Amino acid sequence: MNPRLTVWIVNGLLVGLATLSLFPLLWMVSVSFMPAGASSTIPTPVLPATVTLGNYRQLFGNVGMGRYLLNSLAIAVLATIISVSFNVMAGYAFAKLRFRGRDAIFKVLLGALVIPGQVAMLPLFLMLKPLGLINSYGGAIVPAMASIFGIFLVRQFARSIPDDLLEAARIDGASEFRIFLTIIVPLLGPVLATLAIFSFLGSWNDFMWPLIVLTDDALHTLPVALAGLSREHVQDNELMMAGSVVTVLPVLVLFLALQRQYMAGLMAGGVKG
Amino acid sequence: MRRVVVIGWALAAPALVVILVFFAVPVVMGLSLSLTDFDLYALADLSTLRFVGLDNYARLLQTPLFWQALGNTLYFVAIGVPVSIGLSLGAALLLNARVAKWQPFFRTALFAPVVTTVVAVAVIWRYLLHTRYGLINQTLGSIGIDPIDWLGDPHWSMPSIILFAAWKNFGYNMIILLAALQAVPREIYESARVDGAGPMRQFTDLTFPLLTPTLVMVGIMTLAGYFQLFAEPYVMTQGGPLRSTVSVLYFMYEEGFRWWNLGYASAVAFMLFFIIFVVSAGLLRFDRDPAGSPA
Repeated sequence: MNPRLTVWIVNGLLVGLATLSLFPLLWMVSVSFMPAGASSTIPTPVLPATVTLGNYRQLFGNVGMGRYLLNSLAIAVLATIISVSFNVMAGYAFAKLRFRGRDAIFKVLLGALVIPGQVAMLPLFLMLKPLGLINSYGGAIVPAMASIFGIFLVRQFARSIPDDLLEAARIDGASEFRIFLTIIVPLLGPVLATLAIFSFLGSWNDFMWPLIVLTDDALHTLPVALAGLSREHVQDNELMMAGSVVTVLPVLVLFLALQRQYMAGLMAGGVKG
Repeated sequence: MRRVVVIGWALAAPALVVILVFFAVPVVMGLSLSLTDFDLYALADLSTLRFVGLDNYARLLQTPLFWQALGNTLYFVAIGVPVSIGLSLGAALLLNARVAKWQPFFRTALFAPVVTTVVAVAVIWRYLLHTRYGLINQTLGSIGIDPIDWLGDPHWSMPSIILFAAWKNFGYNMIILLAALQAVPREIYESARVDGAGPMRQFTDLTFPLLTPTLVMVGIMTLAGYFQLFAEPYVMTQGGPLRSTVSVLYFMYEEGFRWWNLGYASAVAFMLFFIIFVVSAGLLRFDRDPAGSPA
């Protein structure tokens, strides 16, 4: 084939795919600035004829989007802090510390990866009820406080830390806890960032569990609130688009800022399973 | 090294306790729950709870809506997984092409839908697919295709959801496949070219066999994920029209949290787990079949 033609075909297809990927997101932003009803005309406008912040004002003023944003943020931040701490501790222990039953437990964890989370949802709901955790941030966070995938990710990374380093610190008389905090945690910095962004995105985008456990409207996260609104306000397209912008923008910005760490985690988790 | 033993357990304990209490115990509880008639009455008064053996499973197999939900889910998986992975593979090959320009930009752009929230982008797509005002029908209209009632016609509702899911998810596997492609040394292709292999031959005889293990792994992961279809129909079609987009999990959600038939819904959850397990194991065997691997 003509090499010049190949250049055009490959890059043309890439431009096409990128347009298909980004257009719905850009259109969402555009429609969110249109006045009510403006997007329901033929031909459907791609850009707003008049720009208005009215949808956002209504969302935060009347619909209570601020509250949902706060709920999402609080739940995602808490889940991230707790799960990163727990996973890093456990991942390091599985990689570098010999304790009785370690390898057997690890095998069990590996096997448990095949169980879909939904299998645990109904009984978990029943368990949390008497504990008063239904309709609380705690209830939403509980299943995300540690993850088998997170432990694996840290373990893989921690295995590359040389044992000599730990032995030297031990000979110097450092306590195990001190070794963990002052040597291990800084060395695991990159994987910590990876884990944090995975956990934040996972929690922010989660839908089914928060839908089940947070039935009180005041505690809804953004996806749960948006799903409810979209069923009520089927006609209010511009308002819904503004709601989608508020839901999607924080995670998109976070992803763009921490893209390198995210991709690194995806490949470590994906390629090595 | 006694202290290492103690600290090992101490560091592993918090995560293990969380996984034990909030995952392992519920899974075992769920299995027992599926053998009971736990319902709204039991929720109020546990003494009404009865052990019913495998009745829930038997009843499930006689429920037409469960079969429909299973059929819908299998449709979504059987078409959605190949379409998504095909798109991922195509995009990865394009990105890996020597002549591809602005690779980091394209990679990020194609990946962006993956990090977005399903519910939010489903809201966008619901409008893109609108019969009258949707841009998809207007674009098709400009080349003379009559408007399609994407989400309102039971024949088009599932294809629409598949289209949406492929758009949302293909970037994830694209990155994994791209990493696998980049791990192949360029010299192999050089020698293939010297031997006179064209681009098609290079793909079928070199790239594809080398990618097979990654494709199988990615296939199993995507399959397991797609069997868990829920948010898309919840937002875009609410299971309709004519129940054409009720998935197994949607069915479980409605039985469990709308009608509070928790024992019955638990049986649905385990049935889904069983199906995912069997299908994944089947795919894995296919990968290990020596006839399928290059000599």
